[in-house]
Amino acid sequence: MTLDRVKKGQQVKIISIPDEMIRAQAIRFGIAEGSVVLCEEIVPAGPIVVRKNKQEIAIGRGLANKITVALNLI
Amino acid sequence: MAHCHSAGLKMDIPAEAKKIVLAGNPNAGKSVFFNYLTGLYVDVSNYPGTTLEISHGRLGSDVIIDTPGVYGISSFNDEERIARDIILSAGVVLNVVNAVHLERDLFLTQQIIDTGVPVVVALNMMDEAEKRGIRIDVDLLGDLLGVPVIPTVAVRKQGLDRVKAALASARKGNMNPELQQKLTSLINRVGSQAEALLVLEGDPVISERHGLEPGKDREEIYLQRRERVNDIINHVVRETSAGAGFGSILGRWMIKPLTGIPILAAALWAMYQIIGVFIAGTVVGFTEETVMIGKYEPAVRSLVSQFIPANSIPGIILTGEFGLLTMTITYVLGLLMPLVAGFYFFLSLFEDSGYLPRIATLVDRVLTGIGLNGRAIIPLILGFGCVTMASITTRLLSSERERRITIFLLGLAIPCSAQLGVIAGLLAGIGPQFTALYGLVILAVLIIAGTLLNSMLPGKSAELLIDLPPLRLPRVDNVIRKTASKSYMFLKEATPLFALGALIISVFQITGVLAFLQKLLAPVTVGWLKLPPETATAFIMGIVRRDFSAAGLTGMALTPAATLVALITITLFVPCIASILVIFKERGRREAAVMWAGTWVIAFTAGGLVAQLLHAFGNNGNPRGIALASAAFAALVTLALLAHRRLKAATTRT
Repeated sequence: MTLDRVKKGQQVKIISIPDEMIRAQAIRFGIAEGSVVLCEEIVPAGPIVVRKNKQEIAIGRGLANKITVALNLI
Repeated sequence: MAHCHSAGLKMDIPAEAKKIVLAGNPNAGKSVFFNYLTGLYVDVSNYPGTTLEISHGRLGSDVIIDTPGVYGISSFNDEERIARDIILSAGVVLNVVNAVHLERDLFLTQQIIDTGVPVVVALNMMDEAEKRGIRIDVDLLGDLLGVPVIPTVAVRKQGLDRVKAALASARKGNMNPELQQKLTSLINRVGSQAEALLVLEGDPVISERHGLEPGKDREEIYLQRRERVNDIINHVVRETSAGAGFGSILGRWMIKPLTGIPILAAALWAMYQIIGVFIAGTVVGFTEETVMIGKYEPAVRSLVSQFIPANSIPGIILTGEFGLLTMTITYVLGLLMPLVAGFYFFLSLFEDSGYLPRIATLVDRVLTGIGLNGRAIIPLILGFGCVTMASITTRLLSSERERRITIFLLGLAIPCSAQLGVIAGLLAGIGPQFTALYGLVILAVLIIAGTLLNSMLPGKSAELLIDLPPLRLPRVDNVIRKTASKSYMFLKEATPLFALGALIISVFQITGVLAFLQKLLAPVTVGWLKLPPETATAFIMGIVRRDFSAAGLTGMALTPAATLVALITITLFVPCIASILVIFKERGRREAAVMWAGTWVIAFTAGGLVAQLLHAFGNNGNPRGIALASAAFAALVTLALLAHRRLKAATTRT
């Protein structure tokens, strides 16, 4: 599934990020393919806020629906 | 004295001086270090994009150079390019790291270490880290990185002397041995480890400099670096408590529409009360009326008239209606300075608290409709302070497309603080129904122009990807210092342009060109906009400064309807000379000329439309007439948008 389908409070593992530039930027923020992030907040029809440890980033809806994730059930 | 070419900066640096470069992420507190080390003042900044002007100063025989706050060095945006070039030319890098944000900040630290330059790390905001239950083993961090690490609380001056002393013992740090090996083979070809690294990481500019294909290893290197950084953090950080205080709860509220919109509305209302009511009314009433017009102007007039007769040409230019010594000075110091300072005070508060990126997240949804993402809210809000400065800040947007749209909207539909002050005064005099219609028209023009640009310009705008730093209470001294430095910079930039504008208008007045232009514009002003012919003067003044023209209207006896039409037209009219100069510089001659001409067309079209509607539905300003005119305007806008959508759907189908 994609990141925009995630519900608030769910933990997901990032499977793939489409754009090379975005990928590089996300790695700088500490989030890479394979990272587990927590969905902190969803702005209705707007950005998704995810957190990994202390780092929070807001991801626009149009980008979130291109990021594939898997629910982390552990 | 040698020129510092490699960094692309104009500064004279003695050849034997060591270049100490300050680098760090946005929010790290670099500027306090800069001030401490050089004794010079520099803007203390919290948001990416606010220190594009690079400061440098002396420390003994060495030179200290500041860089914009970045998350890494490459060619992702202007700030990174500048930071990259300055770091490449460095003798020593003082890397300021935010202890609360180690995961993010150490990525840059490791990247700088990988360039092979000697580094000292200042581990800043240790007090905040402690408060949040983050314990850092500083000695171990130093051992793992292989460079001196000094814990500091810069705003309280703790540890700064130790940092200064440690600069002498800066060392090349530890790096991934595999990466080291890869670099060694390239160093011979490009001459330095730093450039070799950037070529490997696929930096297009550095690769081209050496005639090499950009490397394809960026992602691999980044991932390994990220892993290394995470590993270091696992070893040195012990968290004793989660420490989710009120700050993080409030931070969450700011993002959710249900609570975020009221918070934003409250913040803007407070801003309006303080800037629009208190400063524009009470403070400016005192500074402009009492001090400048009441005391200063008569004094300067009588002084000048002792040497030059007041009605001679130089007399008119210096102390006449648009005099360089009278109107210009009164205007800049009496009217603008209090407004601009008030505005920058709020902006500094928003920046230092970490509120701005949260506003960007909140409004992202709305801005995607006009081809922008949430990040563009920063220049748009800045535009209400000064469109000129805001146009420069569009550099923080990630694509040319977004910069183009934002700059055009800024020039077209965002009135700056000076203009807003005058407009608010005039609107208050003609009643709330007109104010509502004014707001409706300006907002509609903004949305239509943005929507059209979004669908006409090729390509797609970037999506939001923004860092949300922890919310924190801004420090009063920091906010005040920042307000003072920004207001000063504004005055320094703006005063010569006001003087130029005043000079041009005085010359027009003396030579009779003003009267001629009034006659020339009459068909538009009188026929189409249904305004008295003198209002043409206001428009001509508006070419220089939009607020000049709004101020010019205050003296005229206009009906409420005419005032409204004039205000709408002037708001949408060409941006001031200072802004247009910046737009020419930022966007190139052709594009800027198109933008400038476009604002004329849009301003007179929208103003005329309102004038004609008001004329048709009741010129006397009764609420029913206004409501009808508003409804008719809204209907027209909706029709236009619907037609546009239909058309777009039709074109995509074929």
